[in-house]
Amino acid sequence: MTEHLDGNALAGPLSEIFAVDVTSATGRCVSCGLAGPVASLRVYGPDPGLVARCPGCEEVVLRLVRGPGTAWLDLRGTVSLRVNLPE
Amino acid sequence: MSIISRGFRGKRRDDSGRVPPGQYLVDDFPVLSAGPTPRVPLDRWEFAIDTEAEQTHRWSWEEFMALPAETPTVDIHCVTKWSKLDTTWEGVSLDVLFEDVETAAEYALVHSYGGYTTNLPLEDLLDGKAWIVHRFDGEELAPQHGGPARLIVPHLYFWKSAKWVRGIRLLNEDWPGFWETAGYHNYGDPWREQRYEGD
Ligand SMILES: [Zn+2]
Repeated sequence: MTEHLDGNALAGPLSEIFAVDVTSATGRCVSCGLAGPVASLRVYGPDPGLVARCPGCEEVVLRLVRGPGTAWLDLRGTVSLRVNLPE
Repeated sequence: MSIISRGFRGKRRDDSGRVPPGQYLVDDFPVLSAGPTPRVPLDRWEFAIDTEAEQTHRWSWEEFMALPAETPTVDIHCVTKWSKLDTTWEGVSLDVLFEDVETAAEYALVHSYGGYTTNLPLEDLLDGKAWIVHRFDGEELAPQHGGPARLIVPHLYFWKSAKWVRGIRLLNEDWPGFWETAGYHNYGDPWREQRYEGD
């Protein structure tokens, strides 16, 4: 049994907050330094919240909780997000 | 979970006054996870209470199993809105585990195998309000429900009832846990619908 979804499960919930598709951005894990597309994260949830873990070390890279009228996004496990934008 | 309990509806118990606002009743036992399910071999399992004075009280599985057990029957309420009545558990009251613990701390941070944490006032763990349990519904507690042992604190939303519990750190200052730092309420009283920060 696969316990988790892949990072594409974040596309809809994150598109409520960001104007760009964050799942194609490259994120770097605080814990182990692994860099890769957000879509490659291992996603647990959706309830009580989405928890995206690094495929290298399983530490939490991103968390997203959606309440009525409010979302909480925690990126403390992310060093940076590299987003490609049109010139 | 089990096919038998899912389909079985005998005499409906009197549910009046037992379901907090905004909750609905379930007969199955939904599994919510925030990470991979830890597998903890019993010979490596331990439970520890660390005080604010850096005193550590430790129990191996064998020592834990030798403590006097209780079999609480309690109602549980998940913040995702399901409630389950008359759940039956077996385990050790936190009052027993705290018997020889000297502390003046007001806060507890519960931590688990796998890295999960949750915080609550120490008084919410004492006086018959919380247990470390290792059996559910007459059987060994399954890993997806927090086995080998989990905390249950039935009077708060069930995210406070940490699965795969490993220890409790006593603190002079409150230290918000995993969900409490991501939008969920710091205390989580189901009867006051304290689901999110600010409720
Ligand atoms: Zn990593």
